[in-house]
Amino acid sequence: MSSGLKPKHQRLVLVVVALVALVGAGLLAAYALRNQASYFYVPADIAAAPPQVGQPIRLGGMVENGSIATAADGVTVQFVVQDGAARVPVSYTGIVPALFVEGSGVVAEGSMNADGTFIADNLLAKHDENYMPRELEGMSTAELREELQETVE
Amino acid sequence: MHGFANPARFLKIARWLTMPLLVSGLVISMCAVLWGLTQVPPDRLMGETVRILFVHVPAAWLSMGGWSAIAIASLAELVWRHPLAAIAARAAAVPGATFTAICLATGSIWGRPTWGTWWVWDGRLTSMLVLLFLYFGYIALSSSLAREGQSSRIAAIFGLVGAINIPIINRSVVWWNSLHQPPSITMGQSAIDPVFLWPLLIATLGFSLLFGGVVLARMRAILADIQAEARLRRKALQAEESLA
Repeated sequence: MSSGLKPKHQRLVLVVVALVALVGAGLLAAYALRNQASYFYVPADIAAAPPQVGQPIRLGGMVENGSIATAADGVTVQFVVQDGAARVPVSYTGIVPALFVEGSGVVAEGSMNADGTFIADNLLAKHDENYMPRELEGMSTAELREELQETVE
Repeated sequence: MHGFANPARFLKIARWLTMPLLVSGLVISMCAVLWGLTQVPPDRLMGETVRILFVHVPAAWLSMGGWSAIAIASLAELVWRHPLAAIAARAAAVPGATFTAICLATGSIWGRPTWGTWWVWDGRLTSMLVLLFLYFGYIALSSSLAREGQSSRIAAIFGLVGAINIPIINRSVVWWNSLHQPPSITMGQSAIDPVFLWPLLIATLGFSLLFGGVVLARMRAILADIQAEARLRRKALQAEESLA
């Protein structure tokens, strides 16, 4: 460092080296935390490594279209959570959140029972990243594009 | 950059700029939020709760922007020894922490009707809470160093190290399964309908102007404090000399 490097540049090099090391450490830690820091398991995880019966876990995924069925008691709902790779049947007794609909995301807290059904104690609805007003609901993508084109023109 | 190292020249510009920033920021934020509250249609799934978006998202962006500003100012302080950098970093901490708190509070209020819970320990929410604590730590550290009249270099190192949390917050919803939704706005693409996006962007502009105005006002206050302190010290010295 005595090769005529100005103190200013010496400090810059030092700080940059320290920052690179820090970011590297942070990324490594985040990578190592990949499994632990996830908030829920997806059905594919459950299929790959089935959890023990009765072990409390969270299951997250999409509610399969046409799978929601209300039991005769009126407060128990049965549905299927899927992630495109695997599906898990879920049973929940209680009030469902307002955003709990078929085809949308859900996180269920509970445990697996002996015959492979997930018994949920708590349901959380997951909102996706799309924000859309009601008027545009039910339109296909092509119709939406048309509508958008008209608005722009 | 060192053109502004002269506090007198900086103060001249800051004095002229503070009021316009605060007033325009206040007016633009109010208009955008009122627009969002009254003119925007309800969301297809969330209904009326979508309106909290116009406060929550700009606050979230600015809370991360605030720490980025602290980190950049800390870098300028450590490497270039810029005399105003430490003051700028200190000035950005309190508004940054305020926006973080607003983001957490509005997010919680939105989460109750949307998700069915006030709070979960998922990656995004937890890293955002960590950011709030980092702000508290930074404020405590930098103000105690200033009170003791010590060098703010330790605070600058803290500001740089804490910046590691910013990419973690940003990526938390991509790396890990989380209850919080993935980013709606990524590089030139938006999953937010224009009817919501425009008030959101304008609210962000207004909040940013407010943020800038508050930072300038706080920098002026800190500089005035330093000057008053120096004057008192000089007076005390003179009094001592005249007694001797």
